[in-house]
Amino acid sequence: MLEIEIDGKAVTVEDGSTVMDAANKAGVYIPHFCYHKKLSIAANCRMCLVQVEKAPKPLPACATPVTGGMKVWTRSEQAIKAQKGVMEFLLINHPLDCPICDQGGECQLQDLAVGYGASQSRYQEEKRVVFNKNLGPLVTTDMTRCINCTRCVRFTQEIAGEMELGQAFRGEHAEIMPFIEKTVDSELSGNIIDLCPVGALTSKPFRFAARTWELARRKSVSPHDSLGANLIVQVKHDEVKRVLPLENEAINECWLSDKDRFSYEGLNSEERLTRPMIKCDGQWREVDWQEALEFAANGLRSVLTDHGGEALGVLGSPHSTVEELYLLQKLARGLECENVDFRLRQADFRTDTLRPGAPWLGMPIAEVGDLDQLLVIGSFLRKDTPLLAQRVRQAAKRGLTVSVVHPVADDWLLPVRNRATVAPSAMPAFLREVVFALAELKNDKVSAELELNAPEAISDVAHNIASALAGAANAAVWLGNLAVQHARSTDLQLLAQEICRLSGARMGYVGEAANSVGGYLAGAVPGIDGLNAFRMINQPRHGYLLLNAEADRDFADSHAAQRALETARFVVALSSFGSANLAQLADVLLPISPFTETSGTFVNCEGKAQSFVAVAKPRGDTRPGWKVLRVLGNLLAVDGFDFNDSESVLRAALADGYESRLNNRLAARPVVNLSIESALERVADVPIHFADPLVRRAGSLQRSRDARAPVAMAHSQTLAGLGIASGSRVRLSQSDAAVELEVIADDTVAPNCVRVAAAHAATANLGAMSGPISMERV
Amino acid sequence: MSARELILAGTDGDRGWRLDNYLARGGYSALKKVVGERIPPENIIAELKASVLRGRGGAGFPTGLKWSFMPRSFPGDKYLACNSDEGEPGTFKDRDILRYNPHTVIEGMAIAAYAMGATRGYNYIHGEIFEIYERFEEALAEARAAGLIGSNILGSDFSFELFAHHGYGAYICGEETALLESIEGKKGQPRFKPPFPASYGLYGKPTTINNTETFASVPFIINMGGEGFLELGKPNNGGTKLFSVSGHVNRPGNYEIEMGTPFAELLEMAGGMRGGRKLKGVIPGGSSAPVVPADIMMDCTMDYDSISKAGSMLGSGAVIVMDETTCMVKALERLSYFYFEESCGQCTPCREGTGWLYRVVHRIEHGLGRPDDLDLLNSVTGNIMGRTICALGDAASMPVQSFVKHFGDEFLYHIENKKCLVPPEVQYEGSQIYVSPKC
Ligand SMILES: Cc1cc2nc3c(=O)[nH]c(=O)nc-3n(C[C@H](O)[C@H](O)[C@H](O)COP(=O)(O)O)c2cc1C
Ligand code: SF4
Ligand code: SF4
Ligand code: FES
Repeated sequence: MLEIEIDGKAVTVEDGSTVMDAANKAGVYIPHFCYHKKLSIAANCRMCLVQVEKAPKPLPACATPVTGGMKVWTRSEQAIKAQKGVMEFLLINHPLDCPICDQGGECQLQDLAVGYGASQSRYQEEKRVVFNKNLGPLVTTDMTRCINCTRCVRFTQEIAGEMELGQAFRGEHAEIMPFIEKTVDSELSGNIIDLCPVGALTSKPFRFAARTWELARRKSVSPHDSLGANLIVQVKHDEVKRVLPLENEAINECWLSDKDRFSYEGLNSEERLTRPMIKCDGQWREVDWQEALEFAANGLRSVLTDHGGEALGVLGSPHSTVEELYLLQKLARGLECENVDFRLRQADFRTDTLRPGAPWLGMPIAEVGDLDQLLVIGSFLRKDTPLLAQRVRQAAKRGLTVSVVHPVADDWLLPVRNRATVAPSAMPAFLREVVFALAELKNDKVSAELELNAPEAISDVAHNIASALAGAANAAVWLGNLAVQHARSTDLQLLAQEICRLSGARMGYVGEAANSVGGYLAGAVPGIDGLNAFRMINQPRHGYLLLNAEADRDFADSHAAQRALETARFVVALSSFGSANLAQLADVLLPISPFTETSGTFVNCEGKAQSFVAVAKPRGDTRPGWKVLRVLGNLLAVDGFDFNDSESVLRAALADGYESRLNNRLAARPVVNLSIESALERVADVPIHFADPLVRRAGSLQRSRDARAPVAMAHSQTLAGLGIASGSRVRLSQSDAAVELEVIADDTVAPNCVRVAAAHAATANLGAMSGPISMERV
Repeated sequence: MSARELILAGTDGDRGWRLDNYLARGGYSALKKVVGERIPPENIIAELKASVLRGRGGAGFPTGLKWSFMPRSFPGDKYLACNSDEGEPGTFKDRDILRYNPHTVIEGMAIAAYAMGATRGYNYIHGEIFEIYERFEEALAEARAAGLIGSNILGSDFSFELFAHHGYGAYICGEETALLESIEGKKGQPRFKPPFPASYGLYGKPTTINNTETFASVPFIINMGGEGFLELGKPNNGGTKLFSVSGHVNRPGNYEIEMGTPFAELLEMAGGMRGGRKLKGVIPGGSSAPVVPADIMMDCTMDYDSISKAGSMLGSGAVIVMDETTCMVKALERLSYFYFEESCGQCTPCREGTGWLYRVVHRIEHGLGRPDDLDLLNSVTGNIMGRTICALGDAASMPVQSFVKHFGDEFLYHIENKKCLVPPEVQYEGSQIYVSPKC
């Protein structure tokens, strides 16, 4: 620890701190532009010059290491003169037209210029003009305003993991630009808007939509991935205009993924449902709530009367709130229906009888940075949970070793030390190798409970993963979305548990969505005799109650889901959005509020319940989902539906001590299926901007590179074996479901697999996300 | 009065640079001695300290002291970089050293590597002298073939790999940390220091950077001993030094002389003033050194201390001689344009300030100056100096400050009369390249 004095205040700081760190600790503000606590030190703007005892010239606070007994003055004559000098330089080539700049009112340069700038410019020459760049559909540029602080450049390089921006040319001609003909395609790109201290980089969708001071700032929680990023939603006249990060070091730090930031555009999509509607004689008719609810209740009642509770399928979504899912399952159970689920993309549910707890990350998000070993099984981590991947990326810089077992070798923009790229069906057999290698390294036995015989050989990769984990002080094994959605997910989970037992690693689930943990806690899972989501689809029911679920996009087998709903007698859909597909399949559409127009709670992957309130009034006649479910319960005369507010629903759902229900432990004596398919297998990712109904309708995101139409991908050898050339059009089929797509050779895909995205219109008519698939040239 | 040549001695003819010639001149004897006798590294560094060899790249930092900053026991590679990026206007000595005596640089680097435990070295050669780069590659090939570079040098357990690397002509890549960035394949931009290269250099490893001429001097120090080298010059200014004399002299060129030789002698060696005209001012150490008026300069000796006392810097040893036909405003305009174009653009004061300075000097030269322009120039340079990451900010400011200080009346004349104090025809007579500014 070092003692230092800043502006007469004594502070003690850790060795290796800079003067800027010390000033922050002492509560002394030093003006700055290029410095950012999450980025490397560039020391290029020179705004933070301060006077340091014995130094002949002013020194940059952000880059000057503290030495014991140092005396610093941040507002002495020397310091102020230096700061004013820098400010003058920053302004000489700046347009100084804040009234027409989108950053006006929230600009660091504008703020500091008020304090340090002169009222008259001594620079009378022509100002520099810098041409704008096309960075893609999300970030707009006004490069003449750029002060070359390189925050954006360092962000892409250090946080997003790929240098997509750079400073080209020299001196006064220096310009920030993407690579020639390239845009900024990172799934974290929007953060450069926040980082840019001037109006050079601003939000394209928000551009000139409002001034910051006209906007209300309201707190909320992202409804997308399992991280649960904290949001500031900016609203004007009950319309969401912009979303910014609400800093929470324990969750999203100061970042947001582009999905979190720009999905709000979907709120205003033309497909927003604003009036209740019923279908009579094949014709849709807008009706009032009373009529719609009675229509829904009558329809459900007639299915119940004719066929009983088990004839009903009740399906929520992991993007629904705890309150909604709690009332949904309570309603089902009140109707003597145990067929309730929210895990729509899951295929294997054997764990339901093995695991009493709710699966979660197994550790706080903030502790990811302390890991020294991480094994990720079956995950599109970077696109599924961009900010969790970002934490892993930073941890990797500090020495975390990452190993991956997954059917595709996607680039996560972080170093992966051990990588096993194997077909989905080969994953259990591979993990068995890791288990046996570990047992040997640890001088331990493979658990007798697990009926596992030894593999014939242990591959080098399996051995390397085992020895990495065996020597770890702080390790974790994560099961990603592909592992959970895998046709033999239970086997993967049991093997992961065994790996954890042998190595001492913590087991965790990345989680698919904002409320993947909350759905379990709300009890939105089938009872012992009930059907899970997969069965409800494959054993079609007479009636369905859907909450925020779109049959063609959100299910493990979208073909089967559509067929099941099509043949059902009565389908009630509670949804924020309509679509042609839903209009065809449903009989009643009840417009419910998206997350911005209702109060609710999501439980993120680390098991933290985060409640939020509405930031805007419900649009049109929409109503919060929990209220609609409550009224439905009342109309159907179900007991215990007299909740007055969402808080009381939440209290009922998450009774005290819900944290103790977070438990990944799998019990019992499982038999592990180690067979490997010989047929071609499907590997399905859920593309980042198609994962849920809201983001699918967010216009700008839909124009981004991550939203481009899917193609089929297969290893060049796989294609050669099938006699199909890269670039051909192929017909992909799974029993009676089929689609046509272009196929391209991609050697990141495991052999004998074809990667075909789910959740996209182009593949909605395919079957199960995992399992056999055939491919032929058309 | 005569040259005292070490580095340039015996390099006449078109084969002087070849290994056989160098060996015939006694080349590589220092390396053989060091390696053969297993001289302890600390003795070599002590010898360098005794020689008071000061860095020939511009800053004049004592080389022995710099070498002693390298961590002794460091696991992994340590690097050496030779700075042959020579881009400072007026400087052209390193080019000739590499052209006429490349092996002395190779030998000097090998000895340096031995003394500092460096395993790899790079010679970063300015991009616009490609034939020099090619020649250096050839010399390296000769040295490698003769076992003077590479693994187990001269049969010992000392190994050192040396590579040539050519830049693309950016002046800023001569700044030592920009040079390292450039070798790493990044944009050549100076790094903020600390950390210094001796602890965090090339690829994050301990690195020492020296100028070409600095390395070239090393074999001579080993051969004649530190004291002997020092005695060639004067106290605190050891050895001989190459001066690139340019401008209004009869025989511009490189002259290697003992440190402390009077400027007047150097001027005579260079054939004296062209046309017998009167000396007006001298930039004694490359374009970034402050200009020194004739009378002060004629009293100087050519060494760090004397030039520094005269208010300037010995710098890289580029002596730019200007006679009475020179318009000092025009001269400064050209210099300011150079720094404006060569700023890397990282730091605000340099990126924005160098252009400002150039534009103000430009408008004075073009008859558009304003009464308070000289105050403005002084104030803007004051806001650049000492506030930037590298010394280019200072380098851009010092000429402006010194020209305005010593030749202020010429600037004022320009501002008031909208034309040069030195009539255009006189300027043309002096340089033969005068182009009239559009006033
Ligand atoms: C803008 C700038 C340009 C420079 N260019 C050169 C150069 O071309 N050659 C050189 O040897 N040193 C140059 N230097 C000095 C180097 O940074 C460094 O001090 C020198 O190479 C150290 O070697 P020495 O100690 O042997 O002089 C330059 C410095 C600056 C700030
Ligand atoms: S665009 Fe913004 S963040 Fe990027 S360098 Fe310019 S001012 Fe800094
Ligand atoms: S002083 Fe100039 S050249 Fe040096 S780092 Fe700063 S901007 Fe670049
Ligand atoms: S904040 Fe320190 S130099 Fe920019």
